[in-house]
Amino acid sequence: MAEPLLDIQGLKTWFKTDDGLVRAVDGVDLRIDRGETVGVVGESGCGKTVTARSVLKLIDMPPGRFEAGRILWQGRDLIPLDDAEMNKIRSREIAIIFQEPMTSLNPVYSVGEQIAEVIELHQNLSRKQALVGAADMLKLVNIPNPERRVHDYPHQFSGGMRQRVMIAMALSCQPKLLIADEPTTALDVTIQAQILELMQEMKERFGMAIMLITHAMGVVAETAQRVVVMYAGKVVEEAPVGALFGDPRHPYTQGLIRSIPRVDRSAGQQARLESIPGTVPSLLDPPPGCRFAARCKYAMEICTQAIPPLKEVAPGHRVACVL
Amino acid sequence: MAGSTPVSLSADAAAPAAAQPRKSRPTTPAGEAWRRFRHHRLAVASAVILLALFAIVALGPFLWPVPINEIDFSAKLQGPSWAHPLGTDDLGQDLLARLIYGGRISLAVGLAAMIVAVVVGILVGAISGMASGRVDAVLMWVTDLFLSLPLLPLLLLLTYLFRDSVKSVLGPEGGAFVLIVVVIGGLRWMQVARLVRAQFLSLREKEFVEAARALGASKPRLVLHHILPNALGPVIVAGTIDVAAAIIAESTLSFLGLGFPSDIPTWGSVLRDAKDYLDIAPHWVLFPGAAIFLAVITINFIGDGLRDALDPRRVL
Repeated sequence: MAEPLLDIQGLKTWFKTDDGLVRAVDGVDLRIDRGETVGVVGESGCGKTVTARSVLKLIDMPPGRFEAGRILWQGRDLIPLDDAEMNKIRSREIAIIFQEPMTSLNPVYSVGEQIAEVIELHQNLSRKQALVGAADMLKLVNIPNPERRVHDYPHQFSGGMRQRVMIAMALSCQPKLLIADEPTTALDVTIQAQILELMQEMKERFGMAIMLITHAMGVVAETAQRVVVMYAGKVVEEAPVGALFGDPRHPYTQGLIRSIPRVDRSAGQQARLESIPGTVPSLLDPPPGCRFAARCKYAMEICTQAIPPLKEVAPGHRVACVL
Repeated sequence: MAGSTPVSLSADAAAPAAAQPRKSRPTTPAGEAWRRFRHHRLAVASAVILLALFAIVALGPFLWPVPINEIDFSAKLQGPSWAHPLGTDDLGQDLLARLIYGGRISLAVGLAAMIVAVVVGILVGAISGMASGRVDAVLMWVTDLFLSLPLLPLLLLLTYLFRDSVKSVLGPEGGAFVLIVVVIGGLRWMQVARLVRAQFLSLREKEFVEAARALGASKPRLVLHHILPNALGPVIVAGTIDVAAAIIAESTLSFLGLGFPSDIPTWGSVLRDAKDYLDIAPHWVLFPGAAIFLAVITINFIGDGLRDALDPRRVL
């Protein structure tokens, strides 16, 4: 098999706080191949975002620290690189879009200037050429009247439009990997679908890979080819999307899938919406064994003693559970 | 209730009509602020008066070419007349000419001292806000130290101590100007520094700064291009107030005889010379006092208008 685009091996990103060490990401393995969409799911605080930010080295250090592991980008480890070298990779190779489109644009510049800034930073183009490029990007993300809208300011755009602008900014240098950190969480449902569709379209056009971070299982089912389920700073299950929804192995994944609301069933035949009892364990002092054990209905003696390793149960389907 | 409905209906009908023409032209943040500033009548009137004041002191010597130090004892302490529109002082010197000349100095000192204060304030505030940790603590400690110093005695002491050495290097007038500007500006930067630091602390955590960083902007670029422009609103407001304060500080120094050499008129020094003749020649104190009052109050009103126009809650 070809060399993966991104290969995270045993990454541990810890934060030093007044209360002690927070093991936000504690030994994560994650592989993304060229042109592939990988969904990363899990509830709030499970380390999805920290993993994503670690890849671009956007973690403030201190208090953050890479405790162990490697982040191989096309075979080259990113962890020892300094900020200047990372800036060559940021947006030219790996770009990121954030959750909050309303505040992710600088209010004092027109959107055209902001897209042009990214183009100027990474390609040797004049201001004028960059602005033309910015208009082209706006057109690409389906913003009507792009030639006129480049001169508009962020406050003149709606949330969905701003997320389109963010995507235009992120894609303006044609990165090989787009990290989308909950890109649709702040948007309403119809706009969500449009944004997901747009990302899919851009992906096909530029042949880039997408790391889609979300807590919405529905979003993953629609767009991803492979899914990584994270829990309390660890990967608990990794599978092709069909296998994950058809044959979830880890009790946590099963719980996540069962807690998706189903509107297609009438109220009578609908069972009560299930939830997973309990809360995520403190990452300050995680329990010694499986981190899900306290909330798992199948938990056994052995679960609280040792952390189960990821083992392959089917081709491409790996689970960290003794079951 | 019944009466309020038609009112709100007509307001709704008027709103889109008013919004339509605005929508067609690009609204830059500066354009928006200017539009709001224009609605502040007092500030606009103040701006007009202040501009007129600037025009008078800039062009006055050409329109009123009377020397400032022509002594004429036959015309001393005269009230306003056609020959001397603002009257004369105890040496028969023309007050209008002296006030025009003095206005140049007073306004120039005000602007220059404001620039010193704002530049120092932005530097200290930005470094403090970006560095955090020990550097931040030390800089804020210094800022608090400066804030706790009694301003006027220190001003007096500094001008008294350094006046002669600065004068010997830069000449009597230039030396006094530089000294006064540096001393006033050097004692007024703390407010700006605190404002800028507070702005930086909140802005550097903003998503758009993080987004710019994620897209490959270097740290200097983040500070100069993304954070600083967003922090300038309150600084501009503080700057206008500083101009007014610096004009008053210069007048005070001149009044106490520690400003410019006594043969050079400034608004403050004319006031000082006039104070002994309050009962015989009230016009002599009235005009420089009015000039200071007018400059300071218009600048403060402009600051008010700018504060409303640049209010971040309304700019978004």
